[in-house]
Amino acid sequence: MQRLTHLQRLEAESIHIMREVMAEAQNPVMLYSVGKDSAVMLHLAKKAFYPSPPPFPLMHVDTTWKFQDMYALRDKAARDAGMELIVYQNPEAKERGINPFDHGPLHTDMWKTEGLKQALTKYGFDAAFGGARRDEEKSRAKERIFSFRTASHGWDPKNQRPELWNLYNAKKAKGESIRVFPLSNWTELDIWQYIMAENIEIVPLYMAAKRPTVERDGLLIMVDDDRFPLKPGEEPEMRSIRFRTLGCYPLTGAVESTASTLSEVVQEMLLTTTSERQGRAIDRDGGDASMEKKKQEGYF
Amino acid sequence: MADIQTQDPVYKTDALIAEDIDAYLDIHQNKGLLRFITCGSVDDGKSTLIGRLLYDSKMIFEDQLAALEADSKRVGTQGQDIDFALLVDGLAAEREQGITIDVAYRFFATEKRKFIVADTPGHEQYTRNMVTGASTADLAVILIDARKGVLSQTRRHSFLAHLIGIRHIVLAVNKMDLVGYDQATFDEIVSDYSNFAESIGIKDFTAIPISGFKGDNIAIAPSPETPWYSGPSLIEHLETVDLGADEEQARPFRMPVQWVNRPNLDFRGFSGLISDGEIAPGDTVRIVPSGKTSTVKSIVTMDGDKDEAVAGQSVTLTLADEVDCSRGDVIAAADAPPQAADQFETTIVWMSDENLIPGRGYWLKLATQTISATVAEPKYEIDVNSLEHLAAKSLSLNSIGVAEVTTDKPIVFECYKDSKQLGGFILVDKITNATVAAGMIHFSLRRAQNVHWQPTTITRDDHSAMKNQKPALLWFTGLSGSGKSTIANVVEKKLARMNRHTFLLDGDNVRHGLNKDLGFTEADRIENIRRVGEVAKLMTDAGLIVITAFISPFRAEREMVRNMLPENEFIEVHIDTPLELAEARDVKGLYKKARSGELKNFTGIDSPYEEPEKPEIRIDTTAMTPEEAADLIIARIIP
Repeated sequence: MQRLTHLQRLEAESIHIMREVMAEAQNPVMLYSVGKDSAVMLHLAKKAFYPSPPPFPLMHVDTTWKFQDMYALRDKAARDAGMELIVYQNPEAKERGINPFDHGPLHTDMWKTEGLKQALTKYGFDAAFGGARRDEEKSRAKERIFSFRTASHGWDPKNQRPELWNLYNAKKAKGESIRVFPLSNWTELDIWQYIMAENIEIVPLYMAAKRPTVERDGLLIMVDDDRFPLKPGEEPEMRSIRFRTLGCYPLTGAVESTASTLSEVVQEMLLTTTSERQGRAIDRDGGDASMEKKKQEGYF
Repeated sequence: MADIQTQDPVYKTDALIAEDIDAYLDIHQNKGLLRFITCGSVDDGKSTLIGRLLYDSKMIFEDQLAALEADSKRVGTQGQDIDFALLVDGLAAEREQGITIDVAYRFFATEKRKFIVADTPGHEQYTRNMVTGASTADLAVILIDARKGVLSQTRRHSFLAHLIGIRHIVLAVNKMDLVGYDQATFDEIVSDYSNFAESIGIKDFTAIPISGFKGDNIAIAPSPETPWYSGPSLIEHLETVDLGADEEQARPFRMPVQWVNRPNLDFRGFSGLISDGEIAPGDTVRIVPSGKTSTVKSIVTMDGDKDEAVAGQSVTLTLADEVDCSRGDVIAAADAPPQAADQFETTIVWMSDENLIPGRGYWLKLATQTISATVAEPKYEIDVNSLEHLAAKSLSLNSIGVAEVTTDKPIVFECYKDSKQLGGFILVDKITNATVAAGMIHFSLRRAQNVHWQPTTITRDDHSAMKNQKPALLWFTGLSGSGKSTIANVVEKKLARMNRHTFLLDGDNVRHGLNKDLGFTEADRIENIRRVGEVAKLMTDAGLIVITAFISPFRAEREMVRNMLPENEFIEVHIDTPLELAEARDVKGLYKKARSGELKNFTGIDSPYEEPEKPEIRIDTTAMTPEEAADLIIARIIP
């Protein structure tokens, strides 16, 4: 008799989901954001198809404004997994020089939401894995594991397919696609525990170190390159910081911390009890229902 | 949190977070997992209870709590009190309308277990949502308002939980604070419920008197208010209830194959989630339905080969022999394999706005098998409130019925009560791709088990070789009066002249004999087409070129016939005549009758014609004569 732990059961479920997609979709892709959830998702994909490499490409919908450490790990992780890496940057956003300083919400909309839609259409992917978890945000708690999207990538929360047992309905018409969330039932603590148990490589920014920072709108922002517009006479201050979540560096708030090991990070997380996305400026646009609105527009 | 009096459950590991995080993580590394569903309405205090479970296990973060307090004052229904419904209700549309329409999943953990709570709020679509949430649950918490006792909704929730096979039922008698923590009230409710539970086959349940609002018997029992209660607190019970992993692992081994892993010519692995039993290298297994046996060579994982694997794990097996095995097959214990059958008695929960159409082909997905299937007219429908059996011709949204299901080919299955993985299925609409129903197999019908396919010495290939032709089914479809019969006749005449062996099945003629028992209801029209399809299939087996002329207005039925035949033998011929033209011709005077209302359900008038999307041949009758049309069709089938 062998009793499975919660992590073993979560792992088995995620692997089952990935294999179902592989068996039923024509052209799947794994969206890879380089964050810790993406790292876990990629690790599970390696396990699901071992000894084959995961039989689909990794795709990063890039904004050109991610942390440098993220770009470094992204390229290494794809290489280590033996997977093709597709980096997509919205050409219009690139041409117009869309950036987080001058364009506000348009930055996320054009680089991420539009960029993702363009990329999925361009490559004709009919199933895309994403690392979202149900415990992250209220509207996600109700989203299916296989989440159906119209040909224009829209999500209709009132018209979701019932999902019973572990039977996933992957049938769809031409042009329609499915977003698949294999980590739906994982919590933030599960993710951290799994990273520790499996020795998964994550971006060092999750751990505290001295980094150059400035304060903007109550958020502690790391100055990651020379594109950051400093005020006249302003000097970035070296602070011991880490990140709870990673995105575009000018939009991602750091927390002051000395937690430099994984277990110290988890300790801090359990003691501070502030929910995860709070450090990310993007959720605040549009108030309460902002994530749900973004999802209906096609954001992951 | 001034309004919620906390009775803090102090887990002994909490202090460890600050003192010794590694020790804390060690303890939490090896937790089990329990999935449960909460049944009841907001009136029963369900949201408050879930909110309390999250709060007591420290799963509400400070910023969420602050947002909750603000929301409660702005849109809450509890005055200045915290409205926990806001915490567990997700979507903006629902919040505005004050209704919840779906299944939401919540997470919390104690030192012993991680919990996933399926919450199915609201009254609308309750059956559909509860069945969905319950399908993955190990346990159901059935909430009762102590002031109201056992209500019809309590019975409904219990019936559904039992129907979906949840073995652990908790009767949470809530709002005990509002009845003065009166033991007699509690005992009476338990006794009432006990009688009912027994009547529907629930053998065992655990009753706990609680107050979600005050926290009594949630984390610690007995609460000082209920000294008369000697059982566990709700959380203690959730932490310790035996989930029957032993039983699951003691069952014979089964693994539905999801995917064949073939990185190179030297490796061939079969990947899947083990649904029952356990497996080790050297075990003899049988591939079902083929029946071939082999031995497990290795259990391959990225962390190295394993000595054993058990139900609930996703693995990749390699076998000692080169046996045929692919997605949809089940690898099973050689001495106790599951059966394959193609006809079943099932319970079906209908989940779509569009009613069940008996006889229509749906996709049936069971484990990793997807196959075309039809549902017969239900034997009866079950009223979820009174549990009475009602006569039914169909099933509509949220209705539950018992009906026979027939699959196109035998599938590997087990009775649902023995294996949820191999006994539960979904039905998918072939046109909209929506999941329209969930079903549970009771047993296979004898017919499928005892009528074996008799292999014949003269095969269909022999038949067609003798006739020196490739068999085919030319399926003419089109409106009444479009010219189907006329063109079909010309085609057959021409083929006969070319010494081809043919047979023309005409719609009107078949109704004089084979199908004279059928009328023109939707179900009868489907059965008409099914029989014609089967007859045409036998004729192609005999090597004939079969020509049929039926209106066959529905795509699903034409697809059903297409799926009966080997690939490329079904040739759909759309006789495309505009309705105005067909009506103007009105050879049989039927359109006139239909327009006057004398004839009901007439295709094109008050019943739809679904045009073929990709017919093999399309004949535009406004552009060619029947002779020209026939030549064109023959040119396509005779190379």
